[in-house]
Amino acid sequence: MLEYTDKIREIAARLLKEGTVEMVIGFRKGTVPMMNEPCFVTDAGDVDRLIWDGNCGVNLANYLMDRKEKIGIVAKGCDARNIVTHIVENKIDRDQLFIIGVPCTGMIDRRKVAAAVDGEILEVSEDGHNVSVRGQGFEKVLNRQEVLQQNCSLCIHRNPVISDELVAEEVPEQQGVDRYADVRRIEAMDPEEKWNFFDDLLSECIRCYACRNACPLCYCPTCFVDESRPQWVGKSQDPIDVRTFHFLRAYHCAGRCTDCGACERACPVGINMRVFTKKLEKDCLEKFGWEAGLTTDARPPLDTFRPDDPDDFIK
Amino acid sequence: MGIEPGRIQFSWVSSAESTKFVQVVKEVTETVKALGPNTHFVKHEAKVA
Repeated sequence: MLEYTDKIREIAARLLKEGTVEMVIGFRKGTVPMMNEPCFVTDAGDVDRLIWDGNCGVNLANYLMDRKEKIGIVAKGCDARNIVTHIVENKIDRDQLFIIGVPCTGMIDRRKVAAAVDGEILEVSEDGHNVSVRGQGFEKVLNRQEVLQQNCSLCIHRNPVISDELVAEEVPEQQGVDRYADVRRIEAMDPEEKWNFFDDLLSECIRCYACRNACPLCYCPTCFVDESRPQWVGKSQDPIDVRTFHFLRAYHCAGRCTDCGACERACPVGINMRVFTKKLEKDCLEKFGWEAGLTTDARPPLDTFRPDDPDDFIK
Repeated sequence: MGIEPGRIQFSWVSSAESTKFVQVVKEVTETVKALGPNTHFVKHEAKVA
């Protein structure tokens, strides 16, 4: 990971010095372990703040909407797909961007690491295969593959789909991954089971909207949950309101979600709301042969009509 | 999301097809009647302690 950091700093310094971009968006070390935060560098002298490791799970495409300046952005596979989605949706111009592509080997799930040790974690470091965790009175080495975020362990687009410069050689894509095992399990339930499953899944939700705020797809000036005239959905903790929020939020991501995992990562109570967006991702793939953010040349299924679109649900 | 399949129906009825419209409405009404009142996805008044 060290070589990634060096290369990112080198490219960022060059871009800022030459005036190719006015700002570079990357990551800096967070104030607590495993919580790197977005970092906006405008001066070539500040590039040493930029870093890269397995805790850069925040989706930086979230910071691009409607920007006017030239921007250099550090992008792993999913970020790059969300950048493509932004370009397709006219939220940013391709010419404004210099994409610093990062071939990604997956992001560490801080909850899995925290669950594997007892006590407060003070320091986490990693090499290619292992994650070393140090805290008060303990030290433990974990297999990196086993503490990856679930979406990363199922990812088949680790290399950026568009980039102007890569920080390293492309990494091999994972083969033979069963991406939708959990979705199929839910699909197989009868309505009653489904109802109870979602009830249980969402029971912890506090309606903080962290999932929405972390999501690069959620850029409406006024979100439907904040609107009060008309009020589309109740603002209470009532399970029906919570459920309506989660289902509608997911549907707004249909054909756009790249399963970057930013929503689940941001959730303070650890709800796996990715099962909703993954179901839509699966439907888009099976019914429309579509995967979000792979190309700027095709229009997404929700804004195109094809005579052979599946319509057997219309009676 | 846990709603019985019969409660949701999509149809394509042209404005010239009044008989088809009547037929669809009858069918849907019968299906929903057979399912009985919806117990899920109904918002109840907030419980006051």
